[in-house]
Amino acid sequence: MSDSGNSTSAPLVVDRPLTANSRRDFLRILGLGSAVVLLPSMFAGCSDTTATARSATEAVTLDLTTDFGVLNYAYALEQLEAAFYEEALKHIATGCTASELHALLSIGQHEVVHREFLKAALGSNAIPTLQVDFSSLDLTKRDVVFQTAKMFEDTGVAAYNGAGRLIHTPLYLVLAGKIVSVEARHAATIRDILNPKSMSFAGDDVVNAMGLDQAFSPSMVLPLVDPFIVTPISA
Amino acid sequence: MNNTTVLGGIDPEIADQLLTRRDALRQGASTSTKVVTGLALASVPIALAALAKDAFAALPADIVGVLNFALTLEYLESSFYNVGVGTSGLIPPSDMAVFQQIQKHENAHVAFLLAALGADAVGKPTFDFTAGGMFPDVFSNYATFQAVSQAFEDTGVRAYKGQATNLMSQPDILTAALQIHSVEARHAAEVRRLRGLDGWINGTMGNLPAAVNAAVYGPGNPASDYPAEDNTTQAGINLQTLVAYGSDPLSASFDEPLDKATVLAIAGPFIVA
Repeated sequence: MSDSGNSTSAPLVVDRPLTANSRRDFLRILGLGSAVVLLPSMFAGCSDTTATARSATEAVTLDLTTDFGVLNYAYALEQLEAAFYEEALKHIATGCTASELHALLSIGQHEVVHREFLKAALGSNAIPTLQVDFSSLDLTKRDVVFQTAKMFEDTGVAAYNGAGRLIHTPLYLVLAGKIVSVEARHAATIRDILNPKSMSFAGDDVVNAMGLDQAFSPSMVLPLVDPFIVTPISA
Repeated sequence: MNNTTVLGGIDPEIADQLLTRRDALRQGASTSTKVVTGLALASVPIALAALAKDAFAALPADIVGVLNFALTLEYLESSFYNVGVGTSGLIPPSDMAVFQQIQKHENAHVAFLLAALGADAVGKPTFDFTAGGMFPDVFSNYATFQAVSQAFEDTGVRAYKGQATNLMSQPDILTAALQIHSVEARHAAEVRRLRGLDGWINGTMGNLPAAVNAAVYGPGNPASDYPAEDNTTQAGINLQTLVAYGSDPLSASFDEPLDKATVLAIAGPFIVA
């Protein structure tokens, strides 16, 4: 978890539940006494230092021939998305309407739920907390936040669509399906905010002439998110 | 990525390449990272279209059943939007671009599934979009049209999701079905927003007539596999133990699948024969 201990950004309600969450999660994991506790990154998420100070800097390798590898691939993407919204909600200052902030807050919460669910489901098989870096983005600017959100959501949809065929266990495919349509709802919402009531929500740039959304292999997805992930990831 | 290749217009050499790749996948190599990452998934739609007539001619009966189920729903949606978009004065100009885009996709889905199914495709049913009088003004009252649209789209998302595991033996078809599934979710989100709702489903919030809302967002059969949309337990994990959020964001974070029989029960009143 990122440095969500910053409680000074009062308008950003998300800080409160996220902070409570990281505390609770920390205690919960400790209480369980599972092998997860042994991962240094788990402690990093609950410290008062920033995520970038303590997160994994050692390379993460995803073995996509296994379901755990595919789920960790999803977990990596959800970590990135959740961290982006947490960071954006701390910085975004002006130009957002109440309904736009509501969308950012809600989507950010959904991504945190996805992240925490995958972490819990993977248990000791989970990869560490990734070190992320959004410093290249001016997140005080509405347009930067929403354009980046659009990229993350569209990429998330394409990533889950492409990863479905890599999953061996029906239960996991169902879970991925439950998440990907929510990512698609996010993508449509962000696109509708950027270009209201236009064809953009399912634009011709993401839905082809056969009416199919994008499906990207991991080798196509990872370069797209690489600028924002410090931790080396290979698949 | 935006594949504009039309069905049948595939370069034979490319089609051969795709066939070779597909054969490789078929021979159990689909779990090989090397093969998977080497296969540009952007080409999958082309592959599916190119192979529709040949390789899929011998689709297993259960796969044909799933695709015909999907085709029936796509017939329903495409016919609905073809009438709605074509009805003068129904959709305000401000919203027309949205419904024209949805209409385009649903017609494309019908064409895609027809190509994949070939001679095995079911015919188009006769529809009654008033659902036996439940929505008498569906094509004269924009609010009613939007409500039916939302019911179709959110049900479509649940229907495709419910069939995903039945397509695991056919990776190319599974991928295509997932690609349709997320388009339906984009549609659903946009229509919900036009109606003043969030694009995602908080609890069972749909603002549809009570009986319709209960069916569209309620549980399937069995409810243990097909819970209502307000479900907040996933894979045995109570999401409330993970984060200190209210139930709305927890339920909205996951969409729920629906079984075929329950979907057909929802669609039934719109299908005359």
